[in-house]
Amino acid sequence: MKEKDVLILAIESSCDETAAAVVRNGREVLSNVIASQIALHTQFGGVVPEIASRKHIEQINQVIAGALCEADVTLSDITAIGVTYGPGLVGALLVGVAEAKAIAYAAKKPLIGVHHIEGHVAANFITSYPGKLSSSGILTSVRPELEPPFVCLIVSGGHTHLVIVKDYGEFEIIGRTRDDAAGEAFDKVARAVGLGYPGGPKVDRAAREGDPHAIEFPRAKVEGAPYDFSFSGLKSAVLNYINRAKMTGETIDVPDLAASFQNAVVEALVSRAILAAGEYGYDKLAIAGGVASNSALRAAMAKACEENHFQFYYPEPVLCTDNAAMIGAAAYFEYQKGARHGWDLNAVPNLKLGER
Amino acid sequence: MKILGIESSSMVASVALVTEGITMAEYTVNFKKTHSQTLLPMIDEVMRMLEFELSEVDAIAVSGGPGSFTGLRIGSATAKGLGLALDKPLIHVPTLDAMAYGLFGVTSLVCPMMDARRNQVYTGLYRCENHLEVLMPSCSADIGELAELLNERGEPVIFLGDGVPVHQAFLCEHLKVSCQFAPVHLNRQRAAAVAALGTILLKEGKTETAMEHRPNYLKKAQAERELEEAKRQGKVKELAAGHSVGTGEKESAYQAGGQRMAEQGVRR
Repeated sequence: MKEKDVLILAIESSCDETAAAVVRNGREVLSNVIASQIALHTQFGGVVPEIASRKHIEQINQVIAGALCEADVTLSDITAIGVTYGPGLVGALLVGVAEAKAIAYAAKKPLIGVHHIEGHVAANFITSYPGKLSSSGILTSVRPELEPPFVCLIVSGGHTHLVIVKDYGEFEIIGRTRDDAAGEAFDKVARAVGLGYPGGPKVDRAAREGDPHAIEFPRAKVEGAPYDFSFSGLKSAVLNYINRAKMTGETIDVPDLAASFQNAVVEALVSRAILAAGEYGYDKLAIAGGVASNSALRAAMAKACEENHFQFYYPEPVLCTDNAAMIGAAAYFEYQKGARHGWDLNAVPNLKLGER
Repeated sequence: MKILGIESSSMVASVALVTEGITMAEYTVNFKKTHSQTLLPMIDEVMRMLEFELSEVDAIAVSGGPGSFTGLRIGSATAKGLGLALDKPLIHVPTLDAMAYGLFGVTSLVCPMMDARRNQVYTGLYRCENHLEVLMPSCSADIGELAELLNERGEPVIFLGDGVPVHQAFLCEHLKVSCQFAPVHLNRQRAAAVAALGTILLKEGKTETAMEHRPNYLKKAQAERELEEAKRQGKVKELAAGHSVGTGEKESAYQAGGQRMAEQGVRR
């Protein structure tokens, strides 16, 4: 550990993953521990806030201790504590916030509250991620270093934003969804065809066996707002298709339906991101958020970026879903800018992007 | 022995530092601001006022429930974070036990009760004339059942807690035993009582690690009750597909009861 290395212990508990990580200088992940609750919430058909909150409190100390241990550091080596304070489920956020504040206070470390979505964007700043131990040693994946400015497409269960990242922690939102988030549409379609929760990965998997052009679903455009998205029309079209098939007794080809729906979403996302980068004159494009791990979206973005001579950046799949390493990366750049939060930091369930 | 007490199970946020024989400081706020914003600044204020290093405490006593689920978790996460950073044990102090302990020395039965809505209270029954004796441990009860139980015991009783303003009228009407209500300076949770009872538990070796600690909610989450009901009805798949299966609770009866109570409240 070098003298001026900045080590962030980061904590994330905004939804259904209890996570902690240690990140060096904003780009190097030393540990990234995630206690997933997916199996628990699957039996309820979605995330139950009260159950998520209860699980967070049961697991949080183990997860934090695990992150410190895996990084081979102690709390005294840590420079600052970063924590997600919004947006998210308020009861879930509160566990991480109260825990992080208490640790920072008792260990006399600065506290940095992080916006969850800014964390997702910051996942793209991570260049080094520790891999699995193999016979030839630890295989660490290394990625090119991304520096602002760039265009970032943020897609998750709660968010669909097209932003220009002007500097670290400085965002200009140029497009957003007018109704459902892209991930939300995935969840609803998955539920309607009986794939269950979580919808994103399940639709992705089913779509691999299907024909993306089997069913032509509508592509909505928002009048006068070329960078905005709308997915409720598409969602309704899919649900109508399913209902019609049920009434006429036709069998639904789930892989074809999943692939066609996914193709419509991906096309909407990629076309706007490429348009934005071209119009605003940026040559770097990044994706972030849970849906950024969708294989069709990654492939389509890579292809479109290559055709348009843009550099394409995307996080490790494990850093696309909720995790604390991304919070550690975001917290580092906030720390460098001098951001500090007080002991009265509260959870803000509807925190807006770019809000401080 | 230096014990930090934390209490956030209800509207009251309270922290205290208790050393052998002395409450060095107690800071209690009963105001709407969320505990998330108040609790740690209150601890900080107490520590600065006392010029005390938090690392000098022997253990952290936390009011462990029942109570507001969110409130309990804020106190719990705060205690767990402090315990993790300082490598100190935690003491899980049952909230209602600490409330009863706050009325040490009274000769009547002590009945703390917290409003759990729908005519339910979190309650327990104690004697604490010489030492804290638990006659009925923390439970969730219907206020009518509680009144019946107290009538059967036939002893004078003193009540405290935020269940009192909600149910005082009902109790006055239905209790056949003499009853009192704790005065204003003693009628809510206090962290000094949590720390004081925590000191006794610590001496008995009843500590837990910060990792082990979790609140005792006394009640399952609504969704957990639904899952149990779904299992009974063989509708586990329906629940997973996002359909409600109900919990078989007598919602209408509770609501009717609530209305009746409200009418009584108005009449008085």
